[in-house]
Amino acid sequence: MAVLSRSHPSFSVDIFQNEYLAEGAREVNAIVTVTATGGGTSGGQPLAPVDGGAGAAVVIMVDCSGSMDYPSAKMRNAREATGVAIDTIRDGVAFAVVAGTHEAKDLYPGGGKLAVAGPATRAQAKEALRKLSANGGTAIGTWLSKAKQLFDSRADIAIRHGILLTDGRNEHERAEDLERVLGQAAGVFTVDCRGVGTDWEVTELRKIASALLGTVDIVAEPSGLAEDFQQMMVQAMGKQVADVALRVWTPANAVIKFVKQVTPNLEDLTDRRADAGPRAGDYPTGSWGDESRDYHVCIEVPAAEVGNEMLAARISLLLPQPDGTPEVLSQGLVRAVWTDDLASSTRISPQVAHFTGQAELASSIQEGLEAHRAGDVDLATAKLGAAVRIAHRTGNESTFKLLQKVVDVVDPKEGTVRFRKNVSEADSMTLDTRSTKTVRVKK
Amino acid sequence: MPQQQTMCPGCAEPLDPEDDYCGACGLNVTGDAPTATAAPAEQPVTVTAPTAAAAPLCVHCGAAEVAADGYCESCGGAQPRPRDHQEQEVEGVAGVTDRGLRHHRNEDAFTVAATRLPDGEPAVLAVVCDGVSSSARPDEASATAVEAASAHLLTALRRGRRPDQAMREAIGEAARAVAELATDGFDTPGGSRNAPACTYVSAISAAGLVTIGWVGDTRAYWIPDDRESAVAYRLTEDDSWAARVVAIGLMDEAEAYADPRAHAITGWLGADAEEIEPHTVSFTPHVPGVLLVCTDGLWNYAEAAADLAERVRPDARTEPLAAARSLVEFAVGAGGHDNITVAVLPISPAPEATLRTVPLQSATAGAAPLRSSQTLQLHRPGSGS
Repeated sequence: MAVLSRSHPSFSVDIFQNEYLAEGAREVNAIVTVTATGGGTSGGQPLAPVDGGAGAAVVIMVDCSGSMDYPSAKMRNAREATGVAIDTIRDGVAFAVVAGTHEAKDLYPGGGKLAVAGPATRAQAKEALRKLSANGGTAIGTWLSKAKQLFDSRADIAIRHGILLTDGRNEHERAEDLERVLGQAAGVFTVDCRGVGTDWEVTELRKIASALLGTVDIVAEPSGLAEDFQQMMVQAMGKQVADVALRVWTPANAVIKFVKQVTPNLEDLTDRRADAGPRAGDYPTGSWGDESRDYHVCIEVPAAEVGNEMLAARISLLLPQPDGTPEVLSQGLVRAVWTDDLASSTRISPQVAHFTGQAELASSIQEGLEAHRAGDVDLATAKLGAAVRIAHRTGNESTFKLLQKVVDVVDPKEGTVRFRKNVSEADSMTLDTRSTKTVRVKK
Repeated sequence: MPQQQTMCPGCAEPLDPEDDYCGACGLNVTGDAPTATAAPAEQPVTVTAPTAAAAPLCVHCGAAEVAADGYCESCGGAQPRPRDHQEQEVEGVAGVTDRGLRHHRNEDAFTVAATRLPDGEPAVLAVVCDGVSSSARPDEASATAVEAASAHLLTALRRGRRPDQAMREAIGEAARAVAELATDGFDTPGGSRNAPACTYVSAISAAGLVTIGWVGDTRAYWIPDDRESAVAYRLTEDDSWAARVVAIGLMDEAEAYADPRAHAITGWLGADAEEIEPHTVSFTPHVPGVLLVCTDGLWNYAEAAADLAERVRPDARTEPLAAARSLVEFAVGAGGHDNITVAVLPISPAPEATLRTVPLQSATAGAAPLRSSQTLQLHRPGSGS
């Protein structure tokens, strides 16, 4: 039977925790699993829009700086990849292509507007790609500014997503300029970032993707671009609801130690809190299609007597409504129960333990690679050894494979490793970029 | 007959005689609420926190911001729940349950009920279950067992089933209902992986005959009115580690109960119980007294029948609800480490029975007594040590 309704997905919130605390204990940890289902997507395949209207808008930002010509395949592949992405935009979706150098040019459709996808506009956009040539510097802030202008021209569209492709460092603007633009763009649209080759800065792109609630990845070989662009676009087209916030209520005198997204990748949201009434704060989660994500919430509550029960957090998912009052999509409770039963209070929730491990895995990799760049091989070996041990223990196979390209694993259980000779820059950057990819608890 | 309450039914705060409202949670305690009334009804009267009270204040911080799910919107404190303290009384039997002081919820459940045998003779019963804390949803397990067993007992007795048969069937029904909880798909994510489980004890008094049935370490005691010339007895034998090592002669009682493993139970109702062996015992009391049916939250503080008898009001047979309350208060006062449930069944033998008084005999001093119509299982056969 055809799915006729494309109302937004239904959200469920599951809390995984050990609520039992020993006498005097104050720290409460919980994994919050948020699952959106039944929004009418069919496995991420593009769908026809509702009532012929545009439910989403996409802006593709392509780096056209001079370096994109070295090797020349880079520019050619970028052009092809953008063409493939354009083909994936479903009918009715608003879109534009921005050519980025030390300034931003709206290549298609031009005039500060968004086009509406259809056979004709897609053909015109691909035709316009021929005009792309590599020339000039890199000022990513200007590209994002241009994208924001374009999105702002269609205030009626809620789901707004950008795809940003670059091959180099953000050399032609001041860091604070980029910072300012990120501040303006956050919450307006989301951006997935892709770095081509190995001359770009992982921390720089990670920061942009993180601020704009998107993903970051490396496309070491330009030939891999088309496939990656298509995947990103399919993902973007699968989104059905934007600006979902995670609201965390905590009791009086409690302190939120952190709120992190832990799947599909690590993202610390602690500092993104926007106050929302007494003892509550909202953390942005961006747009959602049919998907499931996990969050790790850590709260310090005032201690209470054995036998007491306290609500340590009320976690709800909120969808902003046109009239400003948020709709509560679902909620879950994080509890604290004080007990003198040691068997209960010393048990560690497997989910909490697992994601604590995944966070440690990511920081071990990043610190290890940083130490290696700084020439401290001992520290680097120790850190990556720890990473190998955690990746092995938690079954994070893809990260384990990436680690193996940088270190020779002698004993995965103990984390005994040796740095490989002649580690390629691409392998090292791939490991760094994907260090925040997590896996779920093995069933 | 409104009764003077000594403890707030909402939050268990001690009350003064002149209190109209509980000083801790603000509950109206004047007794306008439905108190226990005697009526030969099958449906017991449940006394819980009256809902008519004004907007509740948080019992912890006093904020007038209690959310519908029972947590304070200011301090997060959980508010008293209906199961924290409950009282029931029908003619001929009463019971009280309380969360105690050191557990965050009440995982005990009980009911008392009255019916008539086919010949019109009255029959009363009490069922008491204690959820196993290390299992998933122990509170649901105990409530489920109580409901399944009492429903079966009432129907079976009304149809003239022999009490001991009805008892074994009721335990079977309760076991089945609790086992089904393991597969009902309502597991708490991240909760215990042990199947929901509880212990069980119940008593029937009908036509002069008393029948006790149990699994686990919930107990029944016989407490005679005349504590001078008659003896109080424990009627049940625990399915517990301590009881087993004593039974097979490995330790003496003092040594066994001092062991950290003492209270590990060897019998329970639940999907993961290897084999459920319902124990039953029947006897005909010849002197007036009461049956106490209780969870370990009470007997932990007065294990021996003689000690427990000292805590039972002399007028327990005529004031069973007051007697149950005072036993709960005794356990709370002694530390309230566990949930506490006590049901009191008054036994008044017919005069002719009293005339040919045959004193109860004890099989093992201080432990299981009785000339029972059924063999008393001392431990579960076939489940190694």
